[in-house]
Amino acid sequence: MKPGSVCIVGAAETTELGKIPDLSQIQLHADAAFNALADAGLTPADIDGVATAGESPTGVAHYLGITPTWVDGTSVGGCSFMLHVRHAAAAINEGLCSTVLITHGESGRSRVGRGGFSRPAASFAGQFEAPFGVMGAPSTFTIPVLRYMSTYGVTEEQLATVAVVQREWAAKNPRASHRDPISVADVLDSQMIAYPFRKLMCCLVTDGGGALVLTAAERANDFPQRPVWILGTGESVETPLVSQMEDFTSSKAFRVSGARAFEEAGISHADVDHLMIYDAFAHLPLYGLEDLGFVGKGEAAGFIEERNTAEGGSLPLNTNGGGLSYMHSGMYGMYALQESVRQMRGTAAAQIKDAAVSVAHGVGGMFAAAGTIVLSNERG
Amino acid sequence: MAEPRRPLPRPTPETQHFWDGTREHELRLQRCDACDKVYFPPRPFCPGCASREVSVFKASGRGILYSYVINHRAAPGFEPPYSIAVVELDEGPRMMTNIVGTPQTPEALQLDMPVEVVFEPVGDEITLPLFRPTGAPS
Repeated sequence: MKPGSVCIVGAAETTELGKIPDLSQIQLHADAAFNALADAGLTPADIDGVATAGESPTGVAHYLGITPTWVDGTSVGGCSFMLHVRHAAAAINEGLCSTVLITHGESGRSRVGRGGFSRPAASFAGQFEAPFGVMGAPSTFTIPVLRYMSTYGVTEEQLATVAVVQREWAAKNPRASHRDPISVADVLDSQMIAYPFRKLMCCLVTDGGGALVLTAAERANDFPQRPVWILGTGESVETPLVSQMEDFTSSKAFRVSGARAFEEAGISHADVDHLMIYDAFAHLPLYGLEDLGFVGKGEAAGFIEERNTAEGGSLPLNTNGGGLSYMHSGMYGMYALQESVRQMRGTAAAQIKDAAVSVAHGVGGMFAAAGTIVLSNERG
Repeated sequence: MAEPRRPLPRPTPETQHFWDGTREHELRLQRCDACDKVYFPPRPFCPGCASREVSVFKASGRGILYSYVINHRAAPGFEPPYSIAVVELDEGPRMMTNIVGTPQTPEALQLDMPVEVVFEPVGDEITLPLFRPTGAPS
C-alpha cells in the first residue's frame, strides 16, 4: 500500500460502553456503525465495502441495508480489525470498492445474542489443549509468561506496574470502566486467577463496539472530520495453539506484522508519538514493545517501570486505559484503533500534544495472530 | 449425577497413531525421514520441509517443565488449583499437559525441572499423556 493513499474519515464507538444488556450483539455493531457514519456525514447507502468480525459480513450488510462490492470477514481474534483496515486499503486502492465500513460489536459481558466459543473435539485445540483444563484466555494466554519472566528476570511487581500505569491513563478518561488509581500492592493483592496472573493483571469483560469508515485519499477533504491517513500496515499469524509458539518470550506474528507496517510506512521508532498495544493481559505490552522493536529483548519491563509509557513519558502507551482499565469485550483491537484515531484528530481525553504518528498494534487469539496499523494526521 | 468430565480429544485419521500410542502407554512422535526434524502435533508430512516421508517413533517420555500457569478457576473435570503446563520433550517438541504427583504450587513447579510422562486413562478410547517430576511416586 502506498502510504497516505487511504484515510479514515469516520470513527466512533457505541454510544455506551460497559454494561449494555438492552442491545444484542448485532445491534451493538449497528449502534457503532451509525455513530461512525454520522461522524463521516454518511448513511449506509454510501457504503460499498463491509468488513467485520464477530458477526458475519453478510449479517452486518443485511442488517444495515448495504449492498457491497467488497466484503471481508477475516476473523483471527481481537486484531481482526487491524487486518480489516489493511485489507480495506488494498481493496480501495485496487478499485474493488470506494467507501468501507468496518464494524465491531460485542456483548462480551451481557452475552445478548451471541454464540458460544466452541473448540471442536477433533481440532488441534480440542485434542491437544482442551483436555488439559484451559478455560479461556486467562489460563491459556498467560502460559508463556513464566518462561518470559524467568528468561529476563522480570518480577511480578513489574508485571503489576503495567496495570498501574494504564490505570493512570484511564483516570483521565470519562468513558473508562475503572478509573480509581491502583498501586502495585493492590494488583498483587487482587484475586489469583491463574498464577502468576491476578485479577488486576487481566482484561475487563464488558460490552461495546466501534466502527470505522475508510476512503481513498483523494476524497479526504469531502468529510466533516480531520482525515487520519494510513501510512503502513502489517499482519501475520503463527499458531492456534499457545503451546506451539516457536519462542515463548516473543510473538513471531508480532514481529512479522510490525516489521511490515514500519517498512511500508517508512518510519523509524523515534517517529512514533503514540502507541496502542492491545493489552488483554499485563504481559502483552511487554511482548509488544520488544517485538515491535521499541526496546531490546527483556527491556520492556524496565522501560515501563521508568515511566516512559506514562504521562510525560517518551512513548505514551494505551492512553485510553487499555483492555485492563478502559474496556474489553473479548475482541479489543477496534478500541485501540479508535484511540489512535482520536489522538490523531486531537480529540482524545488524554490528548498527547502535537502527536502526529500513532501505531495501533493488536493480537488475535493467544498470540495466534497480529495486525499493525501506522496512522498519521499528516499525509506523509 | 455424574461430575462434569474434562473435554476429551476426538482423534482424526492423522492423529490416530498418537492416541493409539497413549492408550498403549507410549508417547509417539513423528520424525521426517528427509530432514530429521521431530515435530508435534501430528501431521502426515514434515512441517519443516514438506516431505511426505515421515516415520512414527516411540519417544523417551522425558522432558523438562518449560512454562505453566496454576489455574484457580473451576473447570469441568478439574479441581482448582491445578497446573496447565507446557513440557519440552527431550526430542525437541513441546506439548501442553498437566503436572501431577506434586503440589500445585510455584515452589513445587520449578521451570526446567525434569519430568516424565505418565498415562491417565479417561474412558475406553482415550488415555491422556500427563507428566510428573522425574522420580516422583506414581
